[in-house]
Order: sequence, then structure tokens, then C-alpha cells
Amino acid sequence: MNVASASRVPFEPWNDPQAKPYIRIVNVTKTFGDFVAVDNMSLDIYQREFFSLLGPSGCGKTTLLRMLAGFERPTSGRIELDGVDMSAVPPYERPVNMMFQSYALFPHMTVEENIAFGLRQDGVPKDERARRVDEMLGLVQLTKFAKRKPHQLSGGQRQRVALARSLVKKPKMLLLDEPLGALDKKLREQTQFELMNIQEQVGITFVIVTHDQEEAMTVSSRIAVMNHGRIAQVATPTEIYEYPNSRYVAEFIGDVNVLEGRLTEVAADHVVITSTEADTHIYVDRGTSAASGSTVWVAVRPEKIDVALTPPEQPDYNCIKGTVWDIGYLGNLTIYHVKLENGKRVTAAVANRRRLRDKPITWNDEVYLTWAPDSAVVLVS
Amino acid sequence: MSANDSPDRPAAALITHDKGDFLESLDAGLRRRGLGFAAPVIVWFFSLFSGRGAVIAVPYVFLLAFFLIPFFIVLKISFAETALAIPPYTGLIEMVDDGFEYYLTLKLNLANYLTIFTEDTYVRAYLNSAKIAAISTALCLAIGFPMAYAMARASESIRPTLLMLVILPFWTSFLIRVYAWIVILKTEGGLLNTFLISIGLISPDNPLRILNTEWAMYIGIVYSYLPFMVLPLYANLERMDLTLLEAAADLGCRPIKAFWVVTVPLAIPGIIAGCFLVFIPAVGEYVIPELMSGDNVRVIGRKLFTDFASERNWPLAAAVSVVLLMILIIPIMLFQRQQAKLQEAGR
Amino acid sequence: MTKGLSKINLVSLTFGFAFLYIPILILVFFSFNDSRLVNVWGGFSFRWYGELFQNEDLLGAAWISLLLAAAASTLSVVLGTVAGFVMARFTSFRGRTLFSGMIYAPLVMPEVITGLSLLLLFVAIDWGRGLGTMIIAHTSFCMSYVAVVVQSRLVSFDRSIEEAAQDLGATPLKTFFVITLPVIAPALVSGWLLSFTLSLDNVVITSFTSGPGWDTLPVKIFSAVKLGVKPEINALSTIMILVVAIGVVAASLVQKRAMVERQRAERMAAAEN
Repeated sequence: MNVASASRVPFEPWNDPQAKPYIRIVNVTKTFGDFVAVDNMSLDIYQREFFSLLGPSGCGKTTLLRMLAGFERPTSGRIELDGVDMSAVPPYERPVNMMFQSYALFPHMTVEENIAFGLRQDGVPKDERARRVDEMLGLVQLTKFAKRKPHQLSGGQRQRVALARSLVKKPKMLLLDEPLGALDKKLREQTQFELMNIQEQVGITFVIVTHDQEEAMTVSSRIAVMNHGRIAQVATPTEIYEYPNSRYVAEFIGDVNVLEGRLTEVAADHVVITSTEADTHIYVDRGTSAASGSTVWVAVRPEKIDVALTPPEQPDYNCIKGTVWDIGYLGNLTIYHVKLENGKRVTAAVANRRRLRDKPITWNDEVYLTWAPDSAVVLVS
Repeated sequence: MSANDSPDRPAAALITHDKGDFLESLDAGLRRRGLGFAAPVIVWFFSLFSGRGAVIAVPYVFLLAFFLIPFFIVLKISFAETALAIPPYTGLIEMVDDGFEYYLTLKLNLANYLTIFTEDTYVRAYLNSAKIAAISTALCLAIGFPMAYAMARASESIRPTLLMLVILPFWTSFLIRVYAWIVILKTEGGLLNTFLISIGLISPDNPLRILNTEWAMYIGIVYSYLPFMVLPLYANLERMDLTLLEAAADLGCRPIKAFWVVTVPLAIPGIIAGCFLVFIPAVGEYVIPELMSGDNVRVIGRKLFTDFASERNWPLAAAVSVVLLMILIIPIMLFQRQQAKLQEAGR
Repeated sequence: MTKGLSKINLVSLTFGFAFLYIPILILVFFSFNDSRLVNVWGGFSFRWYGELFQNEDLLGAAWISLLLAAAASTLSVVLGTVAGFVMARFTSFRGRTLFSGMIYAPLVMPEVITGLSLLLLFVAIDWGRGLGTMIIAHTSFCMSYVAVVVQSRLVSFDRSIEEAAQDLGATPLKTFFVITLPVIAPALVSGWLLSFTLSLDNVVITSFTSGPGWDTLPVKIFSAVKLGVKPEINALSTIMILVVAIGVVAASLVQKRAMVERQRAERMAAAEN
């Protein structure tokens, strides 16, 4: 979720019937020979969003990004920017700029010249060019490095040049192709927040492609989880994490336990699933679209599971009995890998709020895993 | 959009996404450089193609005009008769209109080809040239491969220096280097003989007769063409992954065997390239045999030149050229095929 | 795995380089020999250099050669770069096989064939032989070398900077001239130098396509050498060898320096951050 906007009025143009999307992707398909990279995708992106396209390699996210930039043309369907159909518009005439994964800095030009390049193409006069370039250098804190050439910069510095170069033309939309992939962890975190701040400041729409879910969760206003050229789910990070709409999305983001079962009771405000796999009844406090008797899956995140040596008061519902198979100590968390009698493994993550030597649970202990009714999600696919 | 966009490499459209745009910038560019008067014609010419086609057309037209078409002219003239005229050959097409008859004759003189295929000197010359080229290629390979191998295995820091040392003779005029060998190999007063006489190995009445023999020519050809063998071999061997040899050793293969079973098969593209680069031009070599091998050695390059320059028999020379080209066309095509494949692999 | 050179390798290298260089060194040595004959050492002198610089004939031919080489190289670089670009970027178009063939064939074609065919062309279209025909003739084979060099360079070229330029508003044509060309410039330079050398060195094609009074240096050397050893040729050879040697050594030193400089800059940048 976009941290910067958390303190103000919630930013949710996708829920506002009056809001017009800035980008409309309408039934877009892209094929390369026999290979379908993007399969009849439709998506609306609103202005000022920090939108992520998330998915594994080959899911089509980079192809979609390149179609937005103009480097690929949809085989069918259309892309509208601000209401204008972009099908016939080449990349050099679109009000869109892109930041490349490899940064793509011009090796024979200085930092200044790199940033000024886009302005030169527009015919911006020399004085104004210099002013805007200086402004950008200040924004990315590279003023001292103006006269250097790309090979004289470190990876992080080059990335900031690439960012400055793509922002200087004040595009309505910025596309970023795996922008943080080449950075080490510390730098990545720092840069994530910098990007978010800049986006807030400059007020433009960011569309970013990434395979790193943590990154997507940190920076995005909304995430589109993609798989094999289709969108699995488009929602805010919270919704994606807490209310995934399918096993694919649930398993793609973070860790999750998936329990198979049969719907035995369906009501408007709750459902009950009988799971032979987990040998328990599962009570979930939300309704579902599936019919009673059908097979469904229940997703429970490890951090929502409590681990105890003693059985709970209500052992029939939301309670799994098993043996501690393995323990992973992560410093801030302890991960318990619990094996059930039928061999199924369930993971529970417990925050170490107290020092570990106070914890009595160890290998081969028999434990009871429990969770609250609002902690699970029913998935029908 | 231009219909010439290839779907598998859309980036290929990068050069001319928009034909109108290309023509506009061409026009503006010409005018800016003061060639405004020529702009309409040039722009019109290029407008006939798509933008991408225009780019392809520039070198294509040049090559068609000055590489391909000349071959057809040679073919045409090979069917002509020599004549005391300027140019010294007859035309092929004759119109006869004398009131009674109205003919258009196309006369193809096959005598030249007959000469080539039946006369001993010509057949011998072709075979001899091929033989000489083959032996020279083998010699170049024998000398060049160890050199290239040693260079590729040398430590990283001296490799560029070694490469430079191999390239340096290549940049020096080959004519000069051939001349140097003449100085050395001359029978009377050549350096080699002088040296050998001075240390008493030979008597002054019986010097080594190397120059003006086949031997001298081999030395000359190998000397001139050696870089063409070494460079592709080196490029290939240098790129070889040495851990393959380590894996072979780990699996129990002795170094000598590993050389034949791992290194050589991987070097084959380089060997083939080097052999083509030596063999094909060596078949038609003229300068080195002319300077170093004396009149008794017949190679087709010299025959062609003699027929053309001294005998002034252009049609015969043309026919000789055509036959030589026919002999070489298959190796040339194989060479081109191999190079194209290498480029694809490097992609 | 870069061990020191094994015995065999050392021997191969020594033998090979000796074979390559001894004749050259002999020429240089004897260019300073006062005697006309090779088997008599007449003392150290610059005599032949003096005679060389008074030989109007040779000097004129040298001038023509340089002019021709410069013109042909420049034309070759222009045409060859476009050809290399086409070969590298346009992977399928009608007539590509023929085009590819016409690019690679000159690399191996015997010069007598090329020379004769061009001459017959010029005669057929009645183009008087002189500098113009020689330039065209040299370009027709030099451009292939340039094309191959440029094609190689483009294959390993990072296209994302071209896309970045387009994304920032540059048309494809502009991108080519402002981004692609400057970045591949070193390949163009080496293509030019390669063409220059090949042109300067060419005997057969030049003899076929030159006109009276347009004899180039290699043609003159060739005729002179056919008649026997000439000491002025020794002097001329030494000068040419020296010029080339200085050029090649200087170029590789410059390259080495640039590489060291670049590595240093990269290390500095990494440390700074």
C-alpha cells in the first residue's frame, strides 16, 4: 500500500464511478508466432496510481509494458491513453516515458546530456533545458555528478540518472521495467521509498513490472497479478494478500497453507468446510459463491496460526493436530513446520515477542494449530 | 504501418517505423546541407520503396551494379570473338536486313570454352591451381593451428600483444613481404644462398635454386595467407570454454586424447573458415606465382592475365574467368552459408 | 585456466613469429646497406632513402595510392556500414540471400575475376578508366570487409539504448545518427583502416581498372620487382613497415590505456557509493 497516502483520504479512484481511467487496455492480445504472450487482457489504470504488474517470468507483464510504451503493437485489441487510441502512435510520439531494466544510459554522453536528451528532441530552448536538467539532478541528488559519463557511476547512481532522464519530460505516465532488480537489498529498500516519494511529489502515474512480490506490496496502490498472459487478480495489496481470489494468487504472494475440503454449510455470513485432509471443520466468517457440497480450498496464512501444546476450548473447529517436524528460527519469527498424521505439512509463523528460551515447543512435540474465523479465505479455483 | 515489419523482430522496424517520417527527415537533411536542388529527385527515388527498403537499396544497388552485373558482362563476352577493334571483341547480336532477309542472329561463340576444356594447358592450369591451393591451405593449417592454439592458451595479459604481432604483418603490404622473400631466396646473390655459401654448406657453383620454382611459390603463398588462417582459428579457440577440458580430465581422459576429442571438434568452424579464406582466393592467385615461381609453373591466374594482357584475347580471358568462377561457386556458397550460420549462432 | 605456456606452445609461437618477421627485419636491415647487392655489406648509409625521395615516379604513384585509398575507404565505410546494418537488423527480406552472398563473396573471390569483370563493365558502359573507376573498384571489395566488421559489432549491441532514445522522442533515423553511430564508431574506424590497408596493397584489381598515368604504388613496385631487386624498394618498404608498425603499436597502446582508465573509473565509482 502506498505509505505516503495512508495518512490522508484513501486514494481509491477505481471505486469511484465518476473517475475516468487514464489508461484503458481493452481486450488486448499479443502473439509471437504460436506463442500467446498476452491473452485478451482488459485493465483500467487511473491517474496518480502506482500500479504494479506482478508475475513470474513469461507471464506477459513485460510484453504488456512494452505495448504501453509503443515498442510492441497489440495483435488485437486497443490501448487508450487519456481517451486517445494509441494503436498507430510510435513510441517517440507518446506522452509516456520508460525506465529500462538495464537503465540504457547513452554511454557516449554525460549525465547532463543523458537527462537533457528528451528535452532536445522536443526542441526545448537551451536555457530552459539547463534549468529543468538542474531541477532533476537535484531531485535525484546527483548534482555533483552532472559531468560524469555512465561508466564512471555506480549501479545506484546510474539508476537515478535513468529515473531523472525519464521524468524530466514530465510525462503523464512512467513505465518502469524491473527497476530495482539490479540493486542489493539495502539499496532496494531505500530506493523503493524514494520512488514512492518522487511519485507523490511529481504526481504522475507509475506502472511498474516486477517479479518481486515484496516490492510490489511495498510500493503499489494496486497490483495486477498475472499468469500466462492473463490477469489473475487486480486489487490493492491488502486485498490481494488477505482476500486472494484463487489458489494461484494465494500461493504466489507470500506463504500460505491450502487445505482442501467440502462445503457443508453455506450461509450469507459464514460457511463451514469439512476437511478430511486437515481432519477438522473449518469455520470462515464470510459467504462464498460456491454451492454446498462442492470442493473448495481454504487458505490460511502462517502468521495467522497459533501454536500451542494444549488443545483449544473448541477442538472441532479451526484446529489441526500435528507433530513439529522442523523449526526455522529467523530471529524475528519462528517458523514451525508441522506434520499431520496423514503426512500433510502445515506451516505456522509465530513472532518471537519473548526470548526463545522461554518457548517450550520443540521438535517432535505434539501441537495444536488454531486460527480465528476471520483469518481464512475460501477459494473456489 | 509499414507492411515490411517482421513480426518476430519488431525492433527491426526501429529504423523506419514510418516512411513519411523518413522521407521528411531525408528531405530536411538534404536541404540543410545545401543539396536542395537534388532533394526532389532523391526523395522521389526513395519514396518508391518503404523507408526500410530504401535503406536496403543503397548498398544493394551498388553491389548489383558493380559486383553482380559485371559477372554477366563477363559471361556475355566469353561468347564473343576476339577482334581487332576497341574494344577487342565482337558483338553477339547481329541484324541482317538486306532486302531479301530480315534476321536477328544471336551468335554464341563456343570456341573459347572448347579451348579451355580440350587444350592441355588450360586443363592442367586449373588442376595445378587447385592442387597448389590445397597444399597451401594444408601448410597454412599446419603452421597456423599451433600458432593460434598457443596464442589462445597464453596468459590473458600477453594475448593482445600476440594478436597485435600477428596482425602487424597483415597491415604491412603483402607485396613488400613477398619481395622480402625474393631477396632471401634469389639464386644469385640471394641472402639464403649467401649465408649458406659463407658457412660452407654449399659451393658457390651450385647454389640452391629456390626462387623460380614451385617451392618459392608455396613459401610465398603460405607467408601471405597465414594471417587469414590464424585469425579465425584464434577467434574460435580463444572463445573455447576451458572447463570442458577440465571436465574431460575429471572423467579420466588424457590431455592428448582430450585435444583430439574435445578441442579439435570445437575448433572445426574456425578451421573451416580459415581454409575457405585461404583456399578460394589461392586458386586464382596471380601475383605470387608471377613473381616467385618462374615460367614453368602454370596457374590459371597467370593464364588469365596473359590471355587478357599480352594476347589481348578478351573473350578467352572472360571464358577462363567464367570457368574458374563455376569451379569456385560451390566453395564460395558454402563459405557464405557457414558465415551466415555463425552470425546466427552469435545472436 | 591460464597457466604458463607449455614447451610445445612456446616452440610453435617462436617458429611462427620467426617465419613471419624475419623477412621483414631483413628488408629493414638491408635498406641501410650501402651496397646494391645483398651479399655484400657496403656500410651503413641512407643512400637509398635519398634516391627514393628523388624518384618522382614512385613518389607520384605513392600520392595516387594514398588519395585512392582514402577515397575508397571513406566510400566503403559509408556503404559498408549501411550493408552491415542491414545484415544485422533486417533478418528477412526478399533477396536477402543474394545480398548476403554479395557481401561475403568478395572476401574470398580471386582478384583476377573481380578485376576482369569490373574492367569489362567499365568498357561496356564506356567509362574512361582513371581515378573514378579505381575508387569504385576498390570500394566494391572493401565494403564487404567493413560490412562484416559492422555486422559483428551490431550483433553484440545493446538495443535498449536505441529504444530509450525513441522513448524520449527521437525518430528512428535520428536515433541511428545520434545514438547508434557514435557508439559503434570504433568499429567504423577499424573498418576504415582495414579498407585503407587493403586498397593501398592492391595490385591485381588496380591494374585492371586503372588508366594510363594512374599507376599506383603497388603496381609500380610490382613491375619493378619483376625486373629484379631494387634497393629503393627496400627503403620504401622500410618506411611503410615503420609507419604501419608505429600505427599499430600506438593504436594498441591507446586501447590498453583506455581500458585501464575505464576500469579505474568503474572501481572508483563503486567505492564512492
